[in-house]
Amino acid sequence: MTAAAGAPAPVDNPGGVPLLRAHDIHAYYGHIHALQGITLDVFPGEIVTLLGANGAGKTTTLRTISGLMHPRTGTITFDGTDITHVPAHRLVTRGVGHAPEGRRIFGRMTVLENLQMGAYTRHNKAELEMDFDRVFALFPRLRERSSQAGGTLSGGEQQMLAIGRALMTRPKLLLLDEPSMGLSPILVEQIFDVIRDIHAQGTTVLVVEQNALMALGVAHRGYILQTGRIVLGDTAANLRQNPEVQKAYLGG
Amino acid sequence: MSGGSRAETSAGGTGQARNAPPVRPAWRLALARVDALLGRHQSITIVLGLAIVAALLPQIVLLPPFNGFGTQKDFIGGFADAGVFVLLAIGLNVVVGFAGLLDLGYAAFFAIGAYTYAYGASPFSGLDIPFWPMLLVGAIVASMFGVLLGAPTLRLRGDYLAIVTLGFGEIVPVVFLNSDKYTNGTNGIVGLSQPSLYGLFGISGFGFTNPWPYFVTVVAIIAVAFIFLYRLQDSRIGRAWVAIREDELAAASMGINTVTTKLLAFSIGASTSGLAGVFYASKLSIVSPDQFGFTVSFTALAMVVLGGMGNIWGVAAGAFVVYEIQSQGLKQLGSFVQSLNVPTFALGPLSVNLGSINFINFQYLLYGLALVAMMLLRPEGLFPSRRRRSELHETPDEAAESNEELVQA
Repeated sequence: MTAAAGAPAPVDNPGGVPLLRAHDIHAYYGHIHALQGITLDVFPGEIVTLLGANGAGKTTTLRTISGLMHPRTGTITFDGTDITHVPAHRLVTRGVGHAPEGRRIFGRMTVLENLQMGAYTRHNKAELEMDFDRVFALFPRLRERSSQAGGTLSGGEQQMLAIGRALMTRPKLLLLDEPSMGLSPILVEQIFDVIRDIHAQGTTVLVVEQNALMALGVAHRGYILQTGRIVLGDTAANLRQNPEVQKAYLGG
Repeated sequence: MSGGSRAETSAGGTGQARNAPPVRPAWRLALARVDALLGRHQSITIVLGLAIVAALLPQIVLLPPFNGFGTQKDFIGGFADAGVFVLLAIGLNVVVGFAGLLDLGYAAFFAIGAYTYAYGASPFSGLDIPFWPMLLVGAIVASMFGVLLGAPTLRLRGDYLAIVTLGFGEIVPVVFLNSDKYTNGTNGIVGLSQPSLYGLFGISGFGFTNPWPYFVTVVAIIAVAFIFLYRLQDSRIGRAWVAIREDELAAASMGINTVTTKLLAFSIGASTSGLAGVFYASKLSIVSPDQFGFTVSFTALAMVVLGGMGNIWGVAAGAFVVYEIQSQGLKQLGSFVQSLNVPTFALGPLSVNLGSINFINFQYLLYGLALVAMMLLRPEGLFPSRRRRSELHETPDEAAESNEELVQA
């Protein structure tokens, strides 16, 4: 494994066994062919980003990976085993943590209860204690607000809670669906700083984004998605310099 | 249950730590201490609470104006019947209040419980299995049917689930009606055995003429169900139900198996209904298909909604109040209006005689009005659970605050 485990320095040529491999995934909503052959790899210790416009299939790809949806054809392997048809709740115990699109926190539960839901499948008290500390260290605001109802948090705090809740599942692979959505530029910076920290602590991250500039700033590699197909996959540095990417996603 | 956690929640995030703690009067401190003590010993609280209610009710009916409405014995028999509906309502509350699944065919499980007892202890089947083990059998059979219905249908959401359960609720009595050979059809099964205590406590048998043993029995069953359901609500499964009610997709992302968790709510609700069915059948000593129509499902649902979805005590109180109004209140209202001797007055071509109105006929109209009024004035029910109240009454401050922050963000 050549992937850098520490600082998020770009990896030019990740090798070894991928932690996650999606191969030729086709998924449908009824008759709509939403994913038309997605193939992507995420190697241990990487931050990978999935970029694309609205409706390109980014969220569908994440949901297919996390088991909330299942592809009609194609295979997904995670950590060496086939997970194509494994339901979401089982993938949680195998190490796939998903912070879904739109945060979807439990609005009427307190912040602490939300985090406890994240730990639903886990029983080791000592480990849980560590993970609560870890989340509160990453997001001190959540500690301050721990007894407040989730729905009364601000947008940024809700996003922190959604990420914190997914971390409480102690994932090997953290799936983040548009963490920057609806947040102010300062908050977006903060969220991406935290993504760096989470990665530095040893978690592999796959992040779906519309904010290509920020995402390519932290990611090692990226894929560009267009109408259900991957049109480009490269290192983040190369993507940043690609004139077409600059034109379409970076406002250059 | 405990007032301590309630206070903590409302104080959270308001920066109360910076202010000096408010001075509380001594009686409130004492009350808080009692509350905390009872919160720690929930089962004892339940038994004590129900024992007090069960001890007071027979005394209250001896006081005016109730003593004018009937003998104490009549009331005790009525309370035992009310207990059946309390059981139905707290069982349905698991499905509707805890897991957030709308079940409109709940009476089906009640019917299944009752018919199970009819098979176990009647001349029709030739069996005479004692009441006490049959309670358990009825609950198990009903919960099995809960799983049977739930397994294919619980993937449906909201309205669709309501329609399927409505259909199931209609099918079951029709099946009992038309399977003459097995259920004696429209005549029903008669001569069901009554429970017996085999001379324990000096009681040899439960009779039609003595409703007391039934009353005590139903209170005991309710107490057991209460303890079980409270434990369940506070357990991991209880939290999973809350999560599913709030957001099923997010719940699945937390590692909750949403299908089996919902199925569990369905089967536990069904088993409580089955218990109620066995008790009901044994007290009435007869079962027939017309006892388990949609009105039973609807009444139980109205009780849950009026009492306060999610709050076990509230739902039980709601069921008791609704049942008593239905069985006693409307009758008394009728005789009261009659006693006023309001003269017949003409309303256009109609002549209206208030004294001749039979309010019992208006039962469902009154339910409807009560439900509409509740939805407008107090959608969380008479005795809401803390969580439900917060779901339905966001304070204007909170709403403004979160909007403001969204705009800032």
